[in-house]
Order: sequence, then C-alpha cells, then structure tokens
Amino acid sequence: MLTNFNQQLYARRRRSNTQGLFLSMCSMALGLSVLLWILFVLFSNGLAALDWNILTKDTPAPGSEGGGLRNAIIGSLMMVGLSVLVSTPVGILAGVYLTEYGDQSKTAELTRFVTDIMLSAPSIVLGLFVYAIAVATLGRFSGYAGSLALSLIAIPVVMRTTENMLRLVPGSLREAAFALGAPRWKVSTLVTLRAAKSGVITGLLLAVARISGETAPLLFTALNNQFYSTDMSRPMANLPVVIFQFAMSPYDNWIRLAWGGALLVTLAVLVINILARVFFREKVSA
Amino acid sequence: MPETLTELKNAIEVRNLDFYYGNFRGLKEVTMNIAERKVTAFIGPSGCGKSTLLRTLNRMYSLYPGQRAEGEINFYGTNILDKQQDLNLLRARIGMVFQKPTPFPMTIYENIAFGVRLYESMNKVDMDERVEWALTKAALWNEVKDKLGQNGLSLSGGQQQRLCIARSVAVKPSVLLLDEPTSALDPISTGKVEELINELKKDYTIAIVTHNMQQAARCSDFTAYMYLGELIEFGATEQIFFKPKRTETEDYITGRFG
Repeated sequence: MLTNFNQQLYARRRRSNTQGLFLSMCSMALGLSVLLWILFVLFSNGLAALDWNILTKDTPAPGSEGGGLRNAIIGSLMMVGLSVLVSTPVGILAGVYLTEYGDQSKTAELTRFVTDIMLSAPSIVLGLFVYAIAVATLGRFSGYAGSLALSLIAIPVVMRTTENMLRLVPGSLREAAFALGAPRWKVSTLVTLRAAKSGVITGLLLAVARISGETAPLLFTALNNQFYSTDMSRPMANLPVVIFQFAMSPYDNWIRLAWGGALLVTLAVLVINILARVFFREKVSA
Repeated sequence: MPETLTELKNAIEVRNLDFYYGNFRGLKEVTMNIAERKVTAFIGPSGCGKSTLLRTLNRMYSLYPGQRAEGEINFYGTNILDKQQDLNLLRARIGMVFQKPTPFPMTIYENIAFGVRLYESMNKVDMDERVEWALTKAALWNEVKDKLGQNGLSLSGGQQQRLCIARSVAVKPSVLLLDEPTSALDPISTGKVEELINELKKDYTIAIVTHNMQQAARCSDFTAYMYLGELIEFGATEQIFFKPKRTETEDYITGRFG
C-alpha cells in the first residue's frame, strides 16, 4: 500500500471521473441521435421516390404525376464539376503560394485574412455578389453564374486545406530538395505537393461535399429550369433549388421528389466524405 | 610526415566568415580551408556553430530571411557569398545530406533520378546506368536492385539515409556536406555509412558535422573544433586528437567538457 494514500481523495476523483464520462456520453448520444433522426426521416420519406424514373425523367409540371430529377441531377453535376475544375487549380496554387512562396509576407497575411472571411461568409452573400456582377449585368441567369458562385465557396476551402497540408510537410524535405539544386517551383510541385497529395485530395473532396448541397448561391445565379438543358449559358436546373421549390409546393408529387432529391444529395455527400476519409487514412498509414 | 594543409589543393576557402541569425552572431571570424578529396570534420558542443558553418557552404541559410553571412567563401576561386551566385547551380555542385533521412515521396528510382534530371537530360538507358552507379556508390544497390519501383519511404532508416547519400552522389557534385549523417542510425548502419565516407573521398571533397568524436577520428583527415561560434582549433585529425595545441580542444576531446 502506498504510504500517503488518501482513500477519500481517490474516491472523490473516481466519482468525478464517472460523472464527467457520463456527461460526455450524454452529449455524444444527443448529437448522434439528432443525426440519426435526420437520416431516418430522410430515408423514410425519400426511399419511396428513389426509382429508375428519378434518374431518367425530368422534373414534372405543377400538378402532374410522375417525372424525375434528371435535369436537376445533370445540372448539379455540371455546375459542381465546372466549379471543381475552376477551384482546384486556383485553390491549390494559392495554397502553394501561401506556404512555399509568400509565407510571412504582407500579401500572404492579407490573403489568409480574406480567405478566413470568405470561409465564414454566408453563402447567400456570395450568391448576391455573383448576381450583381454576372447576372444583373448580363441580364440573365445562367449555369456559369451558378458555377462561379459555387467556386467562390470552394476556393477558400481548397486553399486553406492545401496550405494546412503543405505545412505538415517537414521543412527537412524541402531543404533536401533545395540541396540538390532544385528550383523552388520544382520543390513545391514535385516534392512538397506530392508529399501532401492525399491531404490535398481530401480537401478537394470536402469542398465538393460542401458545394454540392449549397442552395442559397444558386437561387439568384443558376435559378432553375424545368426542362433538360446542358447549355450553361442559360438558367439551369439543380438539385438544391429543386428541393427548395418542390418541398414548399402544395403538390404531393413534387414533395415526394423533393425528398428523393434530398436523399440523393445526402448519399452523394456521404460517399464523398467516406472517400475523403479513405484517402486521408492512406496518408497516415504511409 | 603527415600531409599539411599547405600542400593540398583547397576546394573551399573560408575567410573571416561571420554569420547572423537576425541579431545573434552565430559564427565569428571563421577562417579555414577545406581540402580537395579529403574529409574535414566539424566537432564541438551543441550550438557551437558547426552546422551553421556547414549550411553557409551551400547557402542553405538563404532560404530563410533574417539569416545572413558576411566574409568570403571561395569555392575554387569564386566567392559564393556573392549576390550574383546562382544558388541552384551552387547546390548542384555542393551536395548535402541531412541528419534525418529525407527520402522524397516517390519510388527509389525516382528519388535518384529527380536530382539528375534537374541539370542533365539523358535517355532511359543512361539514366538506368546512373541510378545503378549512384546506388552502388552508396552501397545500397544489392539491397534495392529488385525493388527500384517501391516507395523510398518503405526502406529502413539506414537504407533511407544511404538512399539520400546516393541521391546526392548521383548529381556528381564536387563537394558533399554531411550534417550529422549517422546520428539517427543504429551502429551497423553507421558503420556502413562510415565505410561509404572513406570510399567516397576518393572522388569527392567531404565536410562532415558530427557529435561523435570517434567518428571524426575514424573518418576524417582534418578536424575543426568549434565553440560558441568560433573556430578554436583546426588541423590534421591526428594532431587534433593526439596533440591538441589548445587546452579547450583537449578538454572537449578528452571529455572533461562538452
């Protein structure tokens, strides 16, 4: 037995440990149950709408039966796709600038500050901004405007994750590449960016997950389109806005489709998140 | 009669070198020669400036704003502290191996080819040959010849360090700087790297920083003892270890201090 063992003190510590554990388990259960509840409601309402038609038929006219979400799915894929094509190079290059080139400079500090604001800016504000510069001036809603608004959300996410992942690359690896006489751009692209590859991909996937459910920025940019269209210079159907409009409508068929669309978006985001985790795990084990 | 400094050709001549980390003076009036195709060891307690000195020789410090060197470092007659000095070319000619192994996140083959491609363009056959040559030089070829396509990170620590040495050797520099190359390795790997140093000095000028006095005694031809940013004593390794002129050197070497 320990000589100065204080039985009372020890018992008190054990008690507060149990209490603390109990409280944190409760909050965990609370958080998890809300999540499960959301998924339950989503599945119970959405599964009924998930059939072949949802992928092959376009959004139905008000009050009509049947129909699907093909135009909205294609529109969403195209806009998210284009926005990934835009935000990937911009975000990654900016992240590379912040760690490998600018680092402590005033420009880099300012960029970081602006990025932080962009990250927390309400997406409706970004939507309004794009409306003002790309929709109001050109006089029409378009898929391009929608993509631009989504890119504005995705770029800071990609940029910040790229920066953070590059920071995790040990300085000794950079020095080793410089020590061979490699110019800075080769060190950044062939060595550091490659070392941070899986982290950067994870960031990209999270950005995709983030923008694929955004509704507000698309409301005044891409608007919506009842018909199938792949012309991005015209208004474009997309899942979030269709869900928004259909869910608020009085038609049972539309409401059913809105649930189906919500389930589709959630499943897509879930898959992307799982992919991101798999990628990141590979990095850790490597 | 041991060779003396004056009979040898100098690869690098350091003259009145001062080094500053911001306001802190890390090196004070260092003057010394690094002889061609010899091994020069820098010893001294932690923080004495030996790594700093090594990092001025390939201008590694220039990566960090706030660090600067004053004085002269003549590399075959050119002052490399000159503003006009092309740093990438300099580093291609003065290679460096670090304390911890730093394989690039690519295959073993690519780890070697990376540096070679920076300054030479060659076909696949020549590159294969160069990779084999460098890995053979670094005494690693037999262990990796069947897995050149594997990631460099899959090797053991000692193998990784020899890969890094092979990588530096592959670009055919004239000087190799080794910054405590064996401090992260086990005794067997250390032995291999030391054998390698003896082998490499036939073709390369080598400067090595080490905390291990036996290593300096075993591997080097010349030894510099540094303390608090000053070069206390510099001479043939035998003389430094057996007949040091300064008592500070003797105290450090015999373990009374440091």
